[in-house]
Amino acid sequence: MSPVVEAFVEGVIKAAIALGFLLNSFAIMTIMERKVVGRMQQRYGPNRVGPFGLLQPLADGVKLLMKEQIIPARVNVPIYIVAPTISVMVSLMAFAVIPVAPAFTAGPYRVGWWISNPNIGILYLFAVASLGVYGIVLGSWSSGNKYSLLGGLRSTAQIISYELAFGLSIVSAILLAGSLNLPEVVKVQSHLPWFILIQPLGFAIFAIGGIAETNRAPFDLPEAEQELIAGYHTEYSGFRFALYFMAEYINMVTISALATTLFLGGWLPINFGWFPGWLQWLDNFLLWVPGVLWFLAKVSFFLFAYMWLRATLPRIRYDRLMWFGWKVLLPLAVLNVLITALYVSLQ
Amino acid sequence: MTSEVQTPETEPAGVHEPSEYMTLNMGPQHPSTHGVLRLLLTLDGETIVDVKPDIGYLHTGIEKNGEKLKYQQVITLTDRMGYLDNMMDELGFVLAVEKLLGIEVPERVKWIRALFCELERISSHLVWLGTHALDLGAMSVFLYCFREREKILDIKEMTSGVRMMTSYFRIGGLMADLPPEFEPRVREFLADFPHRVDEYEELLTQNELWMERTENVGLLSREDAIAWGCTGPVLRASGVFADLRKTNPYSGYENFDFEVPLGTHGDVYDRYLCRIREMRESLKIVGQALDGMPDGPWRIDDRKIVPPPKDELGTSMESLIHHFKLFTEGLRPPPGEVYQVVEGARGQQGWYVVSDGSAKPYRFHMRAPSFYNLEALPAMSKDALVADMVAIIGSTDIVLGEIDR
Repeated sequence: MSPVVEAFVEGVIKAAIALGFLLNSFAIMTIMERKVVGRMQQRYGPNRVGPFGLLQPLADGVKLLMKEQIIPARVNVPIYIVAPTISVMVSLMAFAVIPVAPAFTAGPYRVGWWISNPNIGILYLFAVASLGVYGIVLGSWSSGNKYSLLGGLRSTAQIISYELAFGLSIVSAILLAGSLNLPEVVKVQSHLPWFILIQPLGFAIFAIGGIAETNRAPFDLPEAEQELIAGYHTEYSGFRFALYFMAEYINMVTISALATTLFLGGWLPINFGWFPGWLQWLDNFLLWVPGVLWFLAKVSFFLFAYMWLRATLPRIRYDRLMWFGWKVLLPLAVLNVLITALYVSLQ
Repeated sequence: MTSEVQTPETEPAGVHEPSEYMTLNMGPQHPSTHGVLRLLLTLDGETIVDVKPDIGYLHTGIEKNGEKLKYQQVITLTDRMGYLDNMMDELGFVLAVEKLLGIEVPERVKWIRALFCELERISSHLVWLGTHALDLGAMSVFLYCFREREKILDIKEMTSGVRMMTSYFRIGGLMADLPPEFEPRVREFLADFPHRVDEYEELLTQNELWMERTENVGLLSREDAIAWGCTGPVLRASGVFADLRKTNPYSGYENFDFEVPLGTHGDVYDRYLCRIREMRESLKIVGQALDGMPDGPWRIDDRKIVPPPKDELGTSMESLIHHFKLFTEGLRPPPGEVYQVVEGARGQQGWYVVSDGSAKPYRFHMRAPSFYNLEALPAMSKDALVADMVAIIGSTDIVLGEIDR
């Protein structure tokens, strides 16, 4: 086979695996979120469908597929239909550059645990993630509903107020790593401490920005249920609604994966190197656990934090979010980048 | 609530000039309008220019229906007006009729009534806190509050057989005496509840996001609050000392030692703090009532007003006749009219009852505190955002069943 065909086949296989992983994680997260939040609220969450209610996502999926997809009279039909697919497509595309584990050798092939490994991986990811807002804005505008419209406006206001700080927090990590290539960023963290330790401020800004990016509580303003009914997806029903839902959850996975890669050392194990002798077995065990599991564990930690926040915090008001984005996060992020740049250039 | 509100088709005033204002119909089926309130918002972006509340979607005709029922039967209707603090509604009506009849109930009855009213205030405030927090996105508080409310409903069920529509207060006394397991259950609640309030406060009171959403939102000045006829926590949060339990005691409230929490600014946060403190004060009253509960009969001994004891029916012809007459013909207060006010969970609940000497009220009317508190909504929501609107509606703690009647 020619290298071109090989690369194509490899890409298709990996994309299929990643797609399967993401869709399954979406299904698992819907049930996990309901269970976790349920427990935090002194209730059980779904426990009727299948053992421990584990088949609930299947039942939900079937229900949403079978439902009539209502198209209200006043919508702009082509855009209304396309908008949710934009959201879900963009959220799936973003995962392509996430390195899950180090590359390994299988026979004559060197295979990476990523679909693609461009040298500007971070830029690609950032660009694609920002496109996600189009799905929301177009969907809200084409719905012909005032509540949807307000949701769309809020999401535009939100994106301009947090995206800058969000981007700058990534810049500080890139400066330390000296590369825009995501596997490189992870590799650097194997000899430097994880960036969360050197860049606590950068990480905090990234985490806040990431929650805003995924429209999750307390920044779920575009779909604030108690204010805007359901915001941008008020008029969506059936599977189109499910697509928006799916996009939100897959975005959460992507942002968590990105946070893991940039700040928590990706697939790297916890290895402080200062375990006393009698704890050597623990050290050995941590090193023995495969990188994929480390990666998944770290991502799950972030996903759990998302659910925790949702169960705890009230929603912020959107003018306060803008105030916070422009007057607090942005100056802090700029300061952080300046200090990091100074430090890197002095070395 | 002018005539313009009834015709939503007409554009609100001020929109005729070429402006960018948007009219947004909020409710009656909106997650945060607490039932079936409808608001016509005129928006400039997300800033509110004008609010017009539109009520009547829950009109039940309870006041009119009451004219066709005997006095004893009307109690069941009062339960269904302010269904979150329904025992205060019962109390108001029962006190009004007792005033008409010119009777005085035994001490024990007064204490039991006060005890239940304070439990009811807590339960009503719990619903308010839960839904208010839910409106602002803190959804766990909602479920925590309902967990505690459940215990109060259990106590009510244990005593009266019904969880919400108790009809436990009767003219001339009560439905029955307290059951023996009542006291331990309430003591258990008394011991547990303060920690639960601490728990809510931990989640909200010093929470940066919560304070940002509620402080300096929905400001209602002292003068405005009085002018609009607000009562209850809405008025007290604006700094006005107005609590009928203190200023105009009824049903034995003069026996209890408690404080009346007052606010300073009159914003949503003050209303929140006021109600939280009120819950603690109510708890004090419940404790005092339980400690000092006098012994004695749980209803008066007037066979024209209260039915005879059940065991007499088989042996006494006279009792049987009284029983029959009371339930077929009802009791007949002398002609006249009375007005009795009680301090409900939302404010002053006034009961106006007119008797023409028959067994049915000629007219009865309730001064619903929610109605007046709702009227202050436009005054509170000057220059607010849509998100604030939700906080302001929540802070007025309206019950549409009480407003529409």
